[in-house]
Amino acid sequence: MVTAVLIRGTSVLAAAGEEAAHSDGGVLASGAWLIVLVPFLATLAITLFGKRLPRHGAELAVGAVAFVGLYGTVLLLATWFGDGIVYEGGVTIGEFGGFEIEWAWVVDGLSIMMFFVVGVVSTACFVYAVGYMEGDVRPTAFFASFTLFAGAMLMLVSAANLIQLLIGWELVGVSSYLLIGHYWEQKENSSAGMKAFIVNKIADVGLVIGIIIAGITVGTFTISTIMEKVVASDAALDDVAVVIAVLLFIGAMGKSAQFPFHVWLPDAMAGPTPVSALMHAATMVTAGVYLTARMFPLFEEMAHEVLTLVLIIGTITLVIAGLLAIVQDDIKRVLAYSTLSQLGYMVAALGAGAYTAGLFHLFTHAFFKSLLFLGAGSVIHAVHSNNMSDMGGLKDDMKWTYRTFLIGSLALAGIPLFAGFFSKDEILAAFNEGGYPVVFLLGVATAFITALYMTRAVALTFFGKYKGDGHPHESPAVMVYPMLGLAGGAVLAGFLNVPGITEAFYKLVSTRVVSSELLGEHATSFDFLALGLGLTAGVLGIVVGYRLYMEDAATQRERDRLRIPVLWPVLENKYYIDDLYMNGIVNPIKGPIARFVNWTNSYIIDFIVNVVGAFTRGLGRFVYSGLDQRGIDLAINEAGAGTGFLGSRLRYIQTGKVQQYAAALFGGAIVLVIGFWISIT
Amino acid sequence: MEWFDNGWGLSLVVFTPLVGALALLAVPKKDEETAKLLALLASLVSLSLAVVAAFRFDFGDAGALQFGTKLSWIPAIGSDYEIGIDGISLPLLVLSAAIVVLSIVYSWDHWPEPHNPKGFLILILFLATGMAGTFVAQDLVLFFIFFELVLLPMYFMIGIWGDKTKIKLPGFSREVETRLYASIKFFLFTLFGSAFMLLGFLALSFRGGSFSIPELAQMGADGQFTGTFAFLVFGALFLGFAVKVPMWPLHTWLPDAHTAAPTVGSVLLAAILLKLGSYGFIRIAIPILPEEAKSWAPAIAILAVIAIIYGSLACLAQTDMKRLIAFSSVGHMGFVMLGIATLTPVGITAAVIGMVAHGVITGMLFFLAGSMQHRYHTREMARLGGNLKLMPILGGFLGFTAMASLGLPGLAGFWGEFMALLGSYQPLEGLSLGVFRTAMVVGAIGTVLTAGYLLWMLQKVNLGEPKEEWAGHEFHDVDRYEFAAWVPMLVSIVAIGVYPKIVTGAANDAVQVLMDKAFF
Amino acid sequence: MTLAQFLVLSAALFSIGIYGVLIRRNAVLVLLSVELMLAAVNINFVAFGRYFADSTAGGQVFALFVVTVAAAEVGIGLAIVLLIFRNRASANIDELDVLKW
Repeated sequence: MVTAVLIRGTSVLAAAGEEAAHSDGGVLASGAWLIVLVPFLATLAITLFGKRLPRHGAELAVGAVAFVGLYGTVLLLATWFGDGIVYEGGVTIGEFGGFEIEWAWVVDGLSIMMFFVVGVVSTACFVYAVGYMEGDVRPTAFFASFTLFAGAMLMLVSAANLIQLLIGWELVGVSSYLLIGHYWEQKENSSAGMKAFIVNKIADVGLVIGIIIAGITVGTFTISTIMEKVVASDAALDDVAVVIAVLLFIGAMGKSAQFPFHVWLPDAMAGPTPVSALMHAATMVTAGVYLTARMFPLFEEMAHEVLTLVLIIGTITLVIAGLLAIVQDDIKRVLAYSTLSQLGYMVAALGAGAYTAGLFHLFTHAFFKSLLFLGAGSVIHAVHSNNMSDMGGLKDDMKWTYRTFLIGSLALAGIPLFAGFFSKDEILAAFNEGGYPVVFLLGVATAFITALYMTRAVALTFFGKYKGDGHPHESPAVMVYPMLGLAGGAVLAGFLNVPGITEAFYKLVSTRVVSSELLGEHATSFDFLALGLGLTAGVLGIVVGYRLYMEDAATQRERDRLRIPVLWPVLENKYYIDDLYMNGIVNPIKGPIARFVNWTNSYIIDFIVNVVGAFTRGLGRFVYSGLDQRGIDLAINEAGAGTGFLGSRLRYIQTGKVQQYAAALFGGAIVLVIGFWISIT
Repeated sequence: MEWFDNGWGLSLVVFTPLVGALALLAVPKKDEETAKLLALLASLVSLSLAVVAAFRFDFGDAGALQFGTKLSWIPAIGSDYEIGIDGISLPLLVLSAAIVVLSIVYSWDHWPEPHNPKGFLILILFLATGMAGTFVAQDLVLFFIFFELVLLPMYFMIGIWGDKTKIKLPGFSREVETRLYASIKFFLFTLFGSAFMLLGFLALSFRGGSFSIPELAQMGADGQFTGTFAFLVFGALFLGFAVKVPMWPLHTWLPDAHTAAPTVGSVLLAAILLKLGSYGFIRIAIPILPEEAKSWAPAIAILAVIAIIYGSLACLAQTDMKRLIAFSSVGHMGFVMLGIATLTPVGITAAVIGMVAHGVITGMLFFLAGSMQHRYHTREMARLGGNLKLMPILGGFLGFTAMASLGLPGLAGFWGEFMALLGSYQPLEGLSLGVFRTAMVVGAIGTVLTAGYLLWMLQKVNLGEPKEEWAGHEFHDVDRYEFAAWVPMLVSIVAIGVYPKIVTGAANDAVQVLMDKAFF
Repeated sequence: MTLAQFLVLSAALFSIGIYGVLIRRNAVLVLLSVELMLAAVNINFVAFGRYFADSTAGGQVFALFVVTVAAAEVGIGLAIVLLIFRNRASANIDELDVLKW
């Protein structure tokens, strides 16, 4: 209780005894705990005092994430213009047996990349939210949860050990629950929050067990130590590496909404739009990708077969989610399924061994997807509906929204010079070169689908005639500027990693404690097959989408049904997976199984208890009335009564007549005499 | 502070409430203010001395008994007044003293019917002595007396201030009052276990020639208790402690007792009384009979995971909020018992922190449930809803505490659950890996169910629009006494979650010493 | 003379006394009959004392005691009878059952 707080801070590479190719980052790295602490303190402050502040705590929230964004940018620049930083600091917070538990922060290229993405995208979303949440019922609660959300994600990415990663992981889950269910007056919203939380929690079972096995096998939860063991080909770790990898990936599947855990993400659209933007771009769903990337050397070196699983899961997700995006009417759901599909790309890329490509797509995707969501939010803000059938023709009323949304769509569709083009191309190239032709073709096909549904979304929202009520207006500046900023990112981010030309991003994410062979090399030239096919698919998608959707149609839903004849019912019902989960798992547990258990409690266990009680009481009654009252007591009472009866009869002998007494006396004497007589003779 | 270290300090922690209770007898029944102040004073003295103990505690030597003494007490049977605390007892001692203070503060303005604060406070103070005494006792007879001392006040608390609703019971022909059924069930269940426990204690003393726990533990470590004798003794102790924990299937007194008990009764029951059982395992059963603990451990682990799953599933079927929380206790104590069953330092430290966390969190949940019942006059979740709208602060507290209860990392409940699972991946050498690893997986799945029922409860109670029937009702949000009682608990939930060393700093070393002695 | 002769006399006298006690209705006569029985006892005492003589002459001494006790008994008995007669105007023993249950 009264123990000193010792701060551990080391350059991990120096500790590992390798050549110190990287610096320890000085005070910049050792103070990086502020990145985590500031949002949490802001959350606390907003919760306690937010209501009394003029903007209900929004100023604190924005300030906190802006600080993080700034810190992240500084770290990023320090990496690019320096040797790269690899640093770990920690404070012991508890011991369990031989395990020391730490609050620890790691500052290396990967975490810096995430600090930057989370900080910058959060700042954009938070500023945007100030405008979007104007007049909301509970702005304070919103900003508190929103800041917690960012803080939790930062705790996750800064985690130097798996326990802290788990803590951040679950805090992300809980804050997403709070945010998705922000409008909890409607049951659908709180149910959506619950769904997100529970689905994640199920996947977390895998993560928890994976962490436990890893921790016990290595003897510590510190990730860099585990990575050192991976590099050193530790035999004990090698034995269980596959199990660990599978389990950790199950956790990652939950957070990154990979099939079959993808069901929570579309429902998560129930939250306010800035939440969706942040959740889909920088926080939460990227956590799974981040975890896989963080543990990537383990997969690569010791559990290579698990990467195949990762590849398959990613591919399934990218295809099925892409198809679903085509049939959605809710603009946010289009984007949600698109996120799923893009996450599928990232996961599949990691599965194909393309560490840099997967992360690069995460990086670029963060910008254009948050941009798209903010644009969608801006539209929703203007027309007061999520449905594209209520929109249309907004390109003149909402100029800036339209332009930025278009940039985002082009980036997502993978049109050259926009960010998505470079990252998606790298992934497709990785599929091609890795020797996965089927995955490659599916990836290309999905690129086509991606372009198709984005064109559809743009067409239905911004072209044609307006079909909603009222007159929509452009959003206020506080919402437009963040979109402009992100649009800048969506254009420029791709140039960080052009094969053969720039490798800034590669340098960033490969600055880690492990030897770099395990993280792959940076591609030195374009793969022209992938480039060509990917580009063709994208352009074709746009063309087809343009032909199909650009003409205005009143009953767009009807037309969808017509245009996608066979798939429609399946897609409309989300492949029936949700129904399967609800009717196959959730309802039986909530209904019959829970009732049965409760029934056993009251009618079996308690029944036994009660029967034992009743029996004992019955036994008592028997002992009392049968044995005690009617047995022993009866004998006593009868003895008394008998004596009384005898007396009542015998008293008649006492007549008071002296002569009778005398006669009796003599009679007795005679009897005695006779007795003596007999005894003598 | 010489006096403090040689036994007086702990004795005062234990007996100040008792003295307070006796002094309360002299206060006229009408004079409620004096009664309340006196009770608060007694409990505060006890708490502050416990805190002093925490600060004077030598953390470098947490495994040794500190502040102890040994005075001749009943020489005829060889029982001494032997007390002392180590790193395992310390957090629990402070917890119990603190919860008593908070209970009295909470009671200040929330008296259950029939009113009579004087009687109620006397019972609380009696409970305080019994609970604190159990954690400091180092002599089996003394332990037993304190262990039993808590029974009677709780019995009266439930039986007199409890819920008067009539219920129909399976197996009984007539309807009975909840409080009567529950109080008698509680009493008999516990007494049933205690009888066996006493038998076990006597058997140990006849074989070992002493009632002193440290001496017996030394004999146990030397392998003096073996064979059928030890097996049966462990069984007897197991029954005694398992009823109190409570372990499946001996748990059924718990939901009834909690449902019927007045708020403070529920809080004390959940926060401290349940811990007496698991503490007994750690302090008595395992160190004295280590070999038998090994042979019983798989059974305990299996029962523990059954409790986890069973408790969570039963929660999903509840309609009564307090009953739901009570069943959640069954699940959470399952994690504690799973930790203990691993017989590893990790697992048992997890159990200790799990006990403290469960005490604070579930205690808090019962406070909240009680306050809601106070306002809505019902515990039926179907009638509640939109609580967060009617009472934002109360609802927020409920949401927070439910999150803590589902084992959210960063809050107190996480460490006990996670570390118990960690321990069961690699239990003590010689224990069946198959059983324990299955237990780990099942327990981990249990955390999902836990999250499920707590979120479900939140959705029913806290979220949504308020029901029609409350329209026009004026609800006052958290009042100042509630704040005073709750804020310390909420703060400690966060504090233990963020910095578990508050508990493990003392407990871990102590557990390590205990385990080393018993098994190596 | 042989002892048997004395005993026969004593027995006859005792039997006459018993007859009187059991049959007579008059309380005074009952008392007189009791005296007869006592006399029979005295005869026995004296006879046995004479035939089995010892140094203390116990038979004769006891006879004297009996005579004394008999005198006292008759004195009290007659006084009671007199009082009863005075209260009830009758000495009929059959009417005297106040001592019954």
